[in-house]
Amino acid sequence: MSAVTDPSIPTPEIPVSEARSFEGYVSAMPVEPQVPPISTTGFVGWLRAHLFSSLGNSALTIIFGALALYVIWGFLSFALLDATWTGSDREACLAHSGRELGACWPMIKERLAYFTYGSYPIPQRWRVDIIFVLGAIGLVWVLWIDAPRRDLGALYFFVLFPVAAFCLLYGLPLIGLPVVDTDLWGGFLVTLVISSAGIVAALPLGILLALGRRSKLTVVSIASTIFIEVARGVPLITVLFVAKVMLGYFLPERFDPALMVKALIAVALFSAAYMAEVVRGGLQAIPKGQQEGASSLGLGYWQSMRLIILPQALRITIPGIVNTFIGGFKDTSLILIIGMFDFLKTVEVAVEDPKWATPVSGPTGYLFAAIIYWICCFGMSRYSRAVEMRLSVAHKR
Amino acid sequence: MSSVGSPIGSPSGTDAAALTAPGRGSFINDPRNRAIFWQCVLVLAVAFLLYSAIDNARTNLAAKGQVFGFDFLSAPGGFDINQHLISFSSEEGSTYGRAFLVGLINTLLVSGIGIVLATILGFFIGIARLSTNWIVAKVAQVYVELIRNIPLLLQLIFWYNAVLKPLPNPRNALSFGAGFFLSNRGLTVPEPSFGPGAENIVYALIFGLLFAFAFRHWAKGRQESTGQQYPIGLVALIAIIGLPLLVFFFSGRPVHFDVPVQKGFNFAGGLQVYPELVALLLGLVLYTAAFIAEIVRAGIQAVSHGQIEAAHALGLRQKPTLNLVVIPQAMRVITPPLTSQFLNLTKNSSLAVAIGYPDLVQIFAGTALNQSAKAIEIMLMTMAVYLTLSLVTSFVMNIYNRRMALVER
Repeated sequence: MSAVTDPSIPTPEIPVSEARSFEGYVSAMPVEPQVPPISTTGFVGWLRAHLFSSLGNSALTIIFGALALYVIWGFLSFALLDATWTGSDREACLAHSGRELGACWPMIKERLAYFTYGSYPIPQRWRVDIIFVLGAIGLVWVLWIDAPRRDLGALYFFVLFPVAAFCLLYGLPLIGLPVVDTDLWGGFLVTLVISSAGIVAALPLGILLALGRRSKLTVVSIASTIFIEVARGVPLITVLFVAKVMLGYFLPERFDPALMVKALIAVALFSAAYMAEVVRGGLQAIPKGQQEGASSLGLGYWQSMRLIILPQALRITIPGIVNTFIGGFKDTSLILIIGMFDFLKTVEVAVEDPKWATPVSGPTGYLFAAIIYWICCFGMSRYSRAVEMRLSVAHKR
Repeated sequence: MSSVGSPIGSPSGTDAAALTAPGRGSFINDPRNRAIFWQCVLVLAVAFLLYSAIDNARTNLAAKGQVFGFDFLSAPGGFDINQHLISFSSEEGSTYGRAFLVGLINTLLVSGIGIVLATILGFFIGIARLSTNWIVAKVAQVYVELIRNIPLLLQLIFWYNAVLKPLPNPRNALSFGAGFFLSNRGLTVPEPSFGPGAENIVYALIFGLLFAFAFRHWAKGRQESTGQQYPIGLVALIAIIGLPLLVFFFSGRPVHFDVPVQKGFNFAGGLQVYPELVALLLGLVLYTAAFIAEIVRAGIQAVSHGQIEAAHALGLRQKPTLNLVVIPQAMRVITPPLTSQFLNLTKNSSLAVAIGYPDLVQIFAGTALNQSAKAIEIMLMTMAVYLTLSLVTSFVMNIYNRRMALVER
């Protein structure tokens, strides 16, 4: 080798084929590397490395590949290839000669408004649409980390929007909006109202509970701990049952809130306990020096929490909060058990409607509901993952 | 703020507070006094809330002509439960208390089976997610992302209404061979019947388990002191499975399987697993397994790669590396969230009410509550059961965590 690098000896210009000519014992040129075997590079190489590296792996590949193909093919043929796309009643979705039964999409199309609004009066549905738009604006404002004036966004989303939503959805006769009873609400509207009102109420409550649990005041910490542990120790259904059948006993007789309100309270208290544990995790991650620094600047407890601790703690708990929200969003489907018409319940009602009763109406309805839920939850979890990545980058520096 | 120990801060009554200049030294600004004050306020507020709630309840109960009390538990229920592991029938006058027991047992049954199956499936999928085989890893990932993002209730309703209900009747049941049938009556399996001498097998099993644990303990001690390794897995397998099998054959095969046969419109013989239980188990196991898979994956990935490289550098092969280095450390990360998934599964089993499986909530907080109108008592008992389960679990977990925690210098 040294012969090549030594400038005093001129490197002979010889073709590659004669590279093996020797000067003394050492080759004048390094041997040209051989092209790697075709089986280790490119697509074939990837296949060998990732799918057929051994006999066992090849068997696994074939089994899992067949399974995946079978499921994908089954899904595609049910949802697309064999599906019925047009029609006005069950006749269209019944078996036709020489064709497998596929999804019955006209049923979904016809019931789409019902899935969205439930029994909300048709002439008043524009109010719901406005709320959907306002809510979307607020959501983007709060969740988009680079959005301008996110403090205003939070004020909008957590204070103004709930008030507006209540006035528009429930009605305010004072400004000419007739009252729409909560019993008429239904569909995706109810799912969104319960889950988002749950979160809007649960977040501040959860922060208070988390602060309470970490408080030096014994009574406060014990009370918060008991509440959190009890709420996390029982299933949501029992809490909803309590709200439905037991809450009435503990309230004055003249005061009987609507089922919607009871469910809201139950969901909010329930998720507040989970939120509290998420926030507590964030609080514990803040170094003690931050609190000590705040104290040495003369800030009191609430000031230091508001200005120093919570902004940092909440920032790192955004993924956890979103995950709790995803859980809450999925859990709102349980309110159908206490007799409310959420999105899943409206799907169930539509599925059992004799007008569309076919063997495929059930699978079609559930597939539709699953797709909607999946898009919402998967979207949120992607968002939380993205925030997590961003935060971890900021921390890694 | 709390550490301000200024000399004038010591409380000496309102007179002293009035005398000192307004500021942090005064009585009302002393952190200790403030702490006591706010705690008293909280206690009073909670006490007031409790008092008014109880007072309201008393008024409301009196208005409805009801009395608070648990006497109804010994009153006959007057309803039937299709799945009961202990005898229960309205004709014999089974009580509400017994209905509570039946529901509790059914909840524990579905949770127990569910936890075992979900753990097995979850570990399988979690390891599959880390497979070097691309398609295996992808299938596992798609499974996890698909299942986790769809509400469990929807999945349960789907399994029950769209899969199990439309199954053919027993006459045309799907047969899996060996006496396993799936029909709209649920899953029919061979029913074991135990003859005389069958208890010996149970004793053998218990002895085998104890022996396996003792051997494992002894072998670990030997390994730590001498470095010598013993085939723990093989010995445990022989002790737990081989020994009972041996006893089974030597005591004249006392266990028979009553294989169901399709007869007329139903099955003759065999054990009938109700479709509600099948659907509930399917939903719970598939759903929880997705979460367990993520926990397992995270746990294995939490073991830093340096550990594996160090093990290889010490000359350990792939298998001992996994058994002695990766799994023990991964389990430390996996166990706490795994237990909370077990708890979640137990709590989620209350969704049984949606498909009519007679668990604690469906029977006791549903049927029994509607029959007896004892809302407060029944809800308190139901919640107490779940609360006890989760408190006991977290208590045991805390002990376990303390034992397993890394002993650092």
